[in-house]
Amino acid sequence: MSTMTAPVDNGVNVGALLEAREALTAMPEAAQFSWRATCEWVKGTHSRSTVERFFGLGQEQSHRTTYQYDTDHPEIFASEDNGATPVELVLAGLAGCLSAGIAAVAQNREIQLRSVKATLEGAMDIQGILGIDPDVRNGFSGIKVKYEIDADATPDEIRAIVAQSQKRSAVYDVITNPTNVTVEVN
Amino acid sequence: MRISTVILGAGHAGLAMSRCLTERSIDHVVLERGEVANTWRTERWDSLRLLTPNWQSRLPGYRYQGDDPDGYRTMPETIEFLERYADLISAPVQTRTTVTSVRPAHDGYEVVTNRGTWRCQTVVIATGACNIPNVPAIAGAVPSRIDMLTPMNYRNPAQLADGGVLVVGASASGTQIAEELQRSGRPVTLAVGEHIRVPRVYRGRDIKWWMDKTGVLDEGYEEVDSIVRARNVPSLQLVGSDDRRNLDLNTLSGLGVELVGRLAGIQGDRAQFSGSLPNQCAMSDLKMNRLLDRIDEWATDNGLDGEVDPPHRFEPTRVETSPPLGVDLSRIRTILWATGYRPDYSWLDLDVLDRKGRIRHDGGVVESPGVYLLGLPFLRRRKSSLIDGAGADARDLSGHLAAYLDRAASGPLLARTA
Repeated sequence: MSTMTAPVDNGVNVGALLEAREALTAMPEAAQFSWRATCEWVKGTHSRSTVERFFGLGQEQSHRTTYQYDTDHPEIFASEDNGATPVELVLAGLAGCLSAGIAAVAQNREIQLRSVKATLEGAMDIQGILGIDPDVRNGFSGIKVKYEIDADATPDEIRAIVAQSQKRSAVYDVITNPTNVTVEVN
Repeated sequence: MRISTVILGAGHAGLAMSRCLTERSIDHVVLERGEVANTWRTERWDSLRLLTPNWQSRLPGYRYQGDDPDGYRTMPETIEFLERYADLISAPVQTRTTVTSVRPAHDGYEVVTNRGTWRCQTVVIATGACNIPNVPAIAGAVPSRIDMLTPMNYRNPAQLADGGVLVVGASASGTQIAEELQRSGRPVTLAVGEHIRVPRVYRGRDIKWWMDKTGVLDEGYEEVDSIVRARNVPSLQLVGSDDRRNLDLNTLSGLGVELVGRLAGIQGDRAQFSGSLPNQCAMSDLKMNRLLDRIDEWATDNGLDGEVDPPHRFEPTRVETSPPLGVDLSRIRTILWATGYRPDYSWLDLDVLDRKGRIRHDGGVVESPGVYLLGLPFLRRRKSSLIDGAGADARDLSGHLAAYLDRAASGPLLARTA
């Protein structure tokens, strides 16, 4: 059989990532990043968050442009529904993080991806946030992520990519492990 | 006292090096803080047996001669095995000698002990990888009414008060001790992070036999993708027993052990666990199956399929749909930290440690000329931490050491401070 095999390209510059890893191993202080967001209340349950600047590699950095995210509650909560609920943004963050990881791991393992689709579901008993039952937590009782992946790989190779992506995912870690949160008022 | 080489530690690694130096007629002494095989005598629990079968503990000029090659040595048998080796090779061991400092001297090194100081050109550090239990900082938040142990001071279940036990860590030590404690009637909760699942026996042969034959154990430190990662791989979930049973998470949950995620924090009277247990188990199952695939391929390529049992796969690890994310510590009486070990280099007064306290070395050749390291995980090859791996590493490094002494003898030594 003689077929032309195109080089694997998932749009991830793995070479640059590996170089960065090597450079940061030698210079761990440059690996200290700080991610930021600002948020301004608009009205009711509607707020607008903005991300632009962050710190890393020893200096101030900024995104190519400013990004804004509107959050609100749906109309069944008597809100105007001007955007995603904040918990939906958490799901979007998890999906974005895992999918980016999948692309990077696949590229590093020289596996061509054709499509990667995730469906996320976060179960929540809102008796918690409404203060109806103190034994019910506010947050998700569990999150289910389902991936459908079309790639040049065996089912176990695909499963291994998805597993490795979870192992190296920041948002997965943020959600599965406790984090100290300090909120101050100026 | 002047000598060419001082070997620190009379365990399997130090003894293997002694034998290699004797073959090369290099004068040396082996300094040992206790007796030969000291760690095996003083820092192991009663029921522990080697994870490797008897035939596999091959040392330079020495191998198993008994009638149970597939059995697993008990601790007394392991001690006796190493004592006999020390006798057989006439190792110049000086016991009851505690090293308090190894420091540079103008023509080599000075090894200061409680029984005098040695001057030498070369030093071999064979003090082991498991000197200090790696207990995480959150142990400091554990309420004082809870007893805490490590595999180093754990001996047997009778040592523990009755009541629940939280075992943190699911590698060889954690799974073995969890099984023993659960069987003793103490309900065990096992906090599971990254772990390596393998069957004891596959297709009728010991997993260690397969790993040896297929060359997995001989993979070199320059061949693997990430040596940092390879050196941090946890120990295999294995136990040496007469019934050659598997010791995986399914075995343990079948006995009633409660499986939870990695211990993530302690808040007041509550231990919190990571929600990552399903992925940790999925990764481990996938990794085990990759090893079994490799074994099957090798068996076919080498015409073994007719000789051994047919290929098969094991039941995936059973994980509850929603494993507990916390336990109330009021039902825990003892916490056993099976969270690994690290070496102790507090006596090493050489500028060779990295920022994480590990010795900087290239396959056991330490940056400081004339200093060598032995017996650490994946030092030169995957089997470096096994008794069976000490021989190959000692041969390689004794060759380097001999060449170094030759160069030193044939010309003025370059300044070591370069």
